[in-house]
This record gives sequence, structure tokens and C-alpha cells, in this order.
Amino acid sequence: MGMEILGLPMMYYIAMVAKVLVTFIFVLLTVAYATYAERKIIGHMQVRLGPMRTGWHGLLQPIADGLKLFFKEEIIPSQASTFAFLVAPLIALVPAFITFAVIPFGGVIEIAGYKIPMQVAAYYDTAAGQVFDINVGVLYILAMSSLGVYGIVLAGWSSNSKYSLMGGLRASAQLISYELAAGLSIIAVFMLSGTLSLNKIVALQSGFGGFEWYIFKQPLAAFMFFVTSLAEINRTPFDLPEAETELVSGFCTEYSSMKYAMFFMAEYANMVTVSAMTVTLFLGGWNGPFTDAMPLLGPVYFIAKVYFLMFVCMWIRATLPRYRYDQLMHLGWKVFIPLALVNIVVTGIIGYFI
Amino acid sequence: MNPITPIINGMSITFKHMFLKPVTLQYPTERPKVAARYRGLQGLKVSHDKAKCVACYLCPTVCPAKCITVEAAEDANHDKYASKYEIDLLRCIFCGYCVEACPVDALKMTSEFELASYSRKDFIYSKERLLEKQ
Repeated sequence: MGMEILGLPMMYYIAMVAKVLVTFIFVLLTVAYATYAERKIIGHMQVRLGPMRTGWHGLLQPIADGLKLFFKEEIIPSQASTFAFLVAPLIALVPAFITFAVIPFGGVIEIAGYKIPMQVAAYYDTAAGQVFDINVGVLYILAMSSLGVYGIVLAGWSSNSKYSLMGGLRASAQLISYELAAGLSIIAVFMLSGTLSLNKIVALQSGFGGFEWYIFKQPLAAFMFFVTSLAEINRTPFDLPEAETELVSGFCTEYSSMKYAMFFMAEYANMVTVSAMTVTLFLGGWNGPFTDAMPLLGPVYFIAKVYFLMFVCMWIRATLPRYRYDQLMHLGWKVFIPLALVNIVVTGIIGYFI
Repeated sequence: MNPITPIINGMSITFKHMFLKPVTLQYPTERPKVAARYRGLQGLKVSHDKAKCVACYLCPTVCPAKCITVEAAEDANHDKYASKYEIDLLRCIFCGYCVEACPVDALKMTSEFELASYSRKDFIYSKERLLEKQ
């Protein structure tokens, strides 16, 4: 390949930019239409129609919502801590999006003789003949998901409003209790895989037409990871930080216009991320039938699985009421953490004898 | 009690409901079927090209909200008729007593329910607006 920059071929940079753009725009569109899908799905589950007026069956609703929020007045409370108040939505939004850098969404495709792995932070080493990605991908995702909560805590504190502060406090307490359980539940997966690289974890789940998926080996871990992740991203039934009935709108009470929209986007982007993470760790990632013959089927399977899990999130939201605060803490500390520890021990014992 | 079963039951109920026909009425394009005896806006019945009302004052007398104003006059045939018949819809409670009280069957409740207006004086319905359209 002709030109090289810093010892890497030109194609590397082109492919990287293309991957970043495609992934980012895809997540952005998914976030926009997740709001529409949620309103539609919950609507139909409550025997309503959901949005119907803007476009055919309300399909233009996310665009209308975005435009409306864009033209709303930007309000900064006079007693707010301005810098933190302005920065908080960004801190919430950015980690939600950059998590996607390490998630593999397909196999290796070949364009003009250059092999491109469908994962943003990865490259195909021709000499070694394999894909190299960031080898602590899962730790990166866990780190980013805990960074995201700083946005919420900062928003709660800097708004100088008691509702916001309560929302922020609840968010931090919830994060501490559930991040432990989420981390512990995926340790069982690493004990099976022996690696933290998401690319290798997906490769390990490729055999036997889906029966190698870790959800079959670690059903308890999969369930716990999904539920604790819901708690971590403040989805119902764990949406205490923004509990409308108690705290107006929780941490984003004082926010308006695009800053409010950013929190909204962060919430849905987090939902995409958590679904993608669960798919990668437990549901075989982009694996599916015929991916060897047609590598472009990989992203299709991946997207289908992610959308299924997002549907489950919305389904849960349509069904379950919010947990009470003490129930939430009880569930986190007295149920999930002990269960996760037991799961690790059992996995260890079984792994030792087999 | 085990906490998982109720959650699964609830999830199955919501899933089944997703496939039911939504009860939503797409209002301005779809119109509701108004019941036959629905009590909407009052209407003055017409017979031989004029209102049947004989201005007997029974309807303002029976009206619990005191929203009907009637003034009687004499026409060319020396018959009593209502020269003024007004209903203040801001006071009306749509009880239908006026219709029940009318001895000459000159009043009725129509199925008209879209009664919003932009100003207070638009809510006072004059005789012309109450006369049934023919």
C-alpha cells in the first residue's frame, strides 16, 4: 500500500475514520429512533397508539422533538455553579458514546486488498494474520460507564436545587452498589474465557451454532449483568435518580433545551451500550449462521441482538414499577453481590475439575 | 414468595397487550360515536319555518344553573313567541331539565360536543345559533 504515516498504511487511517463515522452515526440514529420505538412499544403495551401525527405513524417524531428542544430557551439558574452545570451534560454524553470504540460488531472484511476488522479500536495485522484489539476492552467499558455517572452527580450538585441534589445522590449511591455486582458477575465470564479482549471473547463463542454462547454456561451471570446494568444506567425499574413522581425530574430538573436533550441522549446511548455489551459477553456478539461466507451478516446479527435487548429494556419499563430506595439497596448488596460471589466460586470449582 | 414469578406474569401480560387493538381514537380525523341520548348543546326545534318555542318561561324556571334568558313578545298573528332566547354555556350544566320541562317539545339536546371558544361572549348562544339547522 503506497503511502505510510507513522508506519501504518494510508488505508488504516481511512478505514479508521470510516469505522468511527459509521459507528457514531449508527448509534446516534439508534438513539433517536429508540425514543420513538420506546414510545410506540410502551404505547401498544398500554393498548394505545403512541405517536401518530408527525409523518407516517409518527416516524418523524424524533426529528420534531430534536428541533423543538434545539430552539428552546437555554436556562442557567442564577445560583448554579455555571461551569459544572455546563460541563455535566457532556460528561454524561461522551462516555456513553465512546464506549462503542471497543465493541466488535462484525468479522474481518476485505476492501481493496486491505483487511478491516469491524471494531473501531482494532486493526488486522497482516504479518501475524490476526486481529489485534485493545486487550482490556471490558475494563475500558466498565471505566467509561462509571465515568458517565459523574455527569449525573455533577448535574445534581451544580444545579443548586434540592430535587437535583437528591437525584445526584441517589445516582451515586446506586452506582456504587450495582457496579460491584456488575463487575463481579462478569468475572465468571473471564474465568471461562481467560481474556479481557472483547474480540477474543466473541471468537470463543462462535462454535456449535449458538450453544457456545456464554449465556448457556453462565445464565445467572448473564441475568445479573443485565439487571445490574439496567440499574447502572438508571433505567426503570431502577430509575430512582430521575423518579418523576418524587423528584420532579431528578438530576435534570433544572436543565432545558439541548442540555436536557444531551442527558436524554446519554440515557438512550447507555441503553444501546449496555445491550451491545450484554450481546458481546453473553449472546455470542456478531456470531450467527453463514458469517464466514458473508462477513457483512455479522453486523446484521449484532444489530438484531442489540435491538432485541433494547426491546427487552422497553418491555421491562412497560411492566415494572419503580423500586423503593431501600429495596434497591437490599437487592444490590444482599442479593446480587452474594449471588455473584457464589457464582464465581462455583465457576472456579467446576473449572478446576474439568 | 419467590420474586421472579410475578415479574414473568407481568411481562407476559404486557407482551400479550402489545397485540391487542389500541383503543385510541384519532380524534380530529376519527369521530367518536355519540350515544343516542347524549346531552350536548341545546337546540330549538323548528316547525312551519319558525321556532316552536312559545316563551312560557318554564325552562328558565326549572334551570338549576340559571343560564337561560327568555324574553316574550307578540308576533303579527298575536301569538306569543320568544324574541330573545339565550343560553349561557359557561353556566349550563347540561342536565337536560329544560328539555324535560318544555310543554311544547320546542327544545332538544343535540349531540354537538365541540363547544370550545376563544372569548367569553362566544359562549352565550343566541336564538339564531340555537335554532336547528334545516
